[in-house]
Amino acid sequence: MFVRLSTAVAVICLLGTPSFAQGAKPTDPQIAHIAYTAGVIDVTAAKQAIKKSKNKAVVSFAKDMVRDHEAVNKQALALVKKLKVTPEDNDTSRTLTKQAAAKQAELAKLKGAAYDKAYAANEVAYHKAVIGALETQLIPASSNAELKGLLETGVKIFQGHLEHAEHVAAELK
Amino acid sequence: MLPGLKFVAVLGVVVGAMGSIPAQAETIRVNIDKLVFAPANISAKVGDTIQWVNEDVLAHTATVKGDWDVMIPPKKTVSFVLKKAGDVEYYCRFHPNMKGRIAIAPK
Repeated sequence: MFVRLSTAVAVICLLGTPSFAQGAKPTDPQIAHIAYTAGVIDVTAAKQAIKKSKNKAVVSFAKDMVRDHEAVNKQALALVKKLKVTPEDNDTSRTLTKQAAAKQAELAKLKGAAYDKAYAANEVAYHKAVIGALETQLIPASSNAELKGLLETGVKIFQGHLEHAEHVAAELK
Repeated sequence: MLPGLKFVAVLGVVVGAMGSIPAQAETIRVNIDKLVFAPANISAKVGDTIQWVNEDVLAHTATVKGDWDVMIPPKKTVSFVLKKAGDVEYYCRFHPNMKGRIAIAPK
């Protein structure tokens, strides 16, 4: 898991490496797509948890994730529409989606407490990775002030979820 | 001022003038915007109402561990009457990085 996640981080970090940065840091349409994808990934993982888990705290956390990320992504779509920005698919979004699908397939094989622990641990790691990408790459690269503002609020949301996920993970131990 | 608040204020003044209560209850407004309670620290007294105004698209809570738990749906205003004195720290169960504090004086 950590190998996959660090790959995801590395991929996101690629956006900031000199080779990409030379004339090609992520554009606002790409940033919007990456942020939106990050939300969709967490919703998909949460829906799997709601189906699979019988643990009250896990299911309740997963429902919070669905509700929050769907609300934020709705807000994000409204913003890009207002700004007349069309989110643009890109390698980072594609890699994130691919890795998330692999993780979901891995989690699908687990059951009961083993699943709950793996889901909670992944939520902790995933939220940390997204916060890192937002703070070090996506926010500095974004040029529109409103998009930047939404990403900054996104950091606070992900930090809140991270703390919540850590509580859930600690309860499962 | 909201019509409702004005009514409460007027009622408070009238009742206060009658001398039936020593201090009129107040309504204290706490705004929630971008996952921040503002003001985060407030002073109140038993009988006062805290009114949380949620500007976010997210649901929040004002929760005191082992005590009260107020649900604050997105884009809604929720009121809560303080019932006992003490210094309380509250947080949002959904986003535990959101924190507030109320110093509640006895009536």
